[in-house]
Amino acid sequence: MMPLTHALPVTHEETPGRRAWRKFKANKAALVGLCIILISALLALAAPILPIADPIATDWSAIRQPPSAAHWLGTDEIGRDLLSRLIWGAQASLMAGIFSVTIAVVIGVPIGLVSGYFGGWIDMLISRVTEAFLAMPFLITAIALAAFLGPSLSNAMIAIGLSAMPIFVRLTRGQVLSVKTEDYVEGARSIGLGNLAILRRYIVPNVFPPILVQATLTVATAIIAEASLSFLGLGQQPPNPSWGSMLNVAMNFMSQAPWMAVWPGAAIFLVVIGFNLVGDGLSDALDPRES
Amino acid sequence: MYAYIAKRLLVAIPTLLIISIFVFLLQKLLPGDPVLAMAGEERDPEVIAYLREQYRLNDPVVYQYFYWLGDVLRGDLGTSLRTNQPVTELILQKLPVTIQLAVMAMIFAVLIGIPAGILAAVHKNTALDYLANLVALSGLSIPNFWLGIMLILLVSVHLGWLPASGYYPFFVDPLRSLKTMVMPAFVLSTPLAAMLMRHTRSSMLGVLRADYIRTARAKGLSERTVVIEHGLRNGLLPIITLSALLFGDLLAGAVLTEQIFTIPGFGKLIVDAVFNRDYAVVQGVVLCTAAAFILMNLLADILYVLLNPRMRASL
Repeated sequence: MMPLTHALPVTHEETPGRRAWRKFKANKAALVGLCIILISALLALAAPILPIADPIATDWSAIRQPPSAAHWLGTDEIGRDLLSRLIWGAQASLMAGIFSVTIAVVIGVPIGLVSGYFGGWIDMLISRVTEAFLAMPFLITAIALAAFLGPSLSNAMIAIGLSAMPIFVRLTRGQVLSVKTEDYVEGARSIGLGNLAILRRYIVPNVFPPILVQATLTVATAIIAEASLSFLGLGQQPPNPSWGSMLNVAMNFMSQAPWMAVWPGAAIFLVVIGFNLVGDGLSDALDPRES
Repeated sequence: MYAYIAKRLLVAIPTLLIISIFVFLLQKLLPGDPVLAMAGEERDPEVIAYLREQYRLNDPVVYQYFYWLGDVLRGDLGTSLRTNQPVTELILQKLPVTIQLAVMAMIFAVLIGIPAGILAAVHKNTALDYLANLVALSGLSIPNFWLGIMLILLVSVHLGWLPASGYYPFFVDPLRSLKTMVMPAFVLSTPLAAMLMRHTRSSMLGVLRADYIRTARAKGLSERTVVIEHGLRNGLLPIITLSALLFGDLLAGAVLTEQIFTIPGFGKLIVDAVFNRDYAVVQGVVLCTAAAFILMNLLADILYVLLNPRMRASL
């Protein structure tokens, strides 16, 4: 039997992916965001080979030094180089952002697919549980989970990922519900395609764009959440650097060494803006209503 | 109308029950046996057996959940391990502080976000619109604990205008109370103001394109009347419900804000409890926050129906 897609009229329009990329490229703000993300990712990855100081090496002769030629961003309360800690801290922040969203997507999307596609009592059960989790403020859930799991960067990532998961369950379910009644899905079913094949070929590609947008925006939220948990002492543990824990320490030296507080916060701000800009750009580029 | 409210209340019950199961199971995540920790160094088997019996830990987990739920429904959230105070009492003590902070933050968010959104919509694609959008994006992206630290540095340390921390109950010394709360409330309001601005802008843009606005303009009404009398009334409808929804977020945001400004509220209670391994308090706070969140959701739904004549008619 001829695949259904071949039955559709063949047009010479560009593919949706290309069209989205063309629209994304035309969005200057989104490109700025992408550059911010790429530069910080590159710095984080290159941290071990960059000619910077050891991020945990203390230097008692250089405690709380303001920015200078020797230490571009200054030093902290035990003489560690802030530039180096900032670059190494980017690893923790970006990793936390990306891993926790991966956890949320990998668990949340399949649950949402099952819930939306199969419906019935399983959908009802999943929907009620999702609603319950959405009723708990994201950060409170993450704090509670991190507290009970024990403080560490990996537990913070798990806590953030699990707290963000219901967003993806609900989003995926909603998308599936609107796609599954489309004519082409009905058509695929009528020619005898199995559930798995329909999900893979027709449903997943259609629910993918909004999930991509949401995932990008959630990375921004997750980075702030990781910084918040580390700031509270529930994330990255000392002496390893993370932007949140650097801010926590900096708070104790605000009048003596204000620079300690400026850089990590500015870094979080910048990277989060980057992800938000890219998320907004993707949202516009992937919106079929906007030409 | 009453039937609608009753129906929404009924839907909230399973949600609350699921949350209670989650909160109850949290303590089961803890590594180690809580009784061993309570029994002290000697670990006398008799003491351990007594404690197990007292806390009904020998019963199946399902039974334990129902015992716990029964207590919660009677308003007993357990006892703080650290202060020996009932958790309910602790929460009731701290809640007014956080509510004051949240209400002030909400006022800031509405006063900043909504006018900015209207201005941006009316002056679409002008420098003003771009500026408002940029500020909103920054508001959404700035970690508010960092904003708090920077403001303390500038306003308190350098300029000496406002106190950096502390709390005075509003009804004891209103002026002093407001003075200490202005900065934390502003910090807490920033993401909200940003969200309100974005939503107001898009809602107003939708409304300003509507036929009745064109009619109002065609009648020769001034732009001011068109925007405020005709546009705002409809454009603000979704914003009011959104504000009610966001109020729940404020409770969560308060955790960090209270930490930075050392305000003895709800947020500080959970953080201190986390560090003191005072798990009954953590559970109590999570449960109360979720309940407050659900209540605000309910209120948002009801408000929406009350304010929207079309919805009201359909009930």
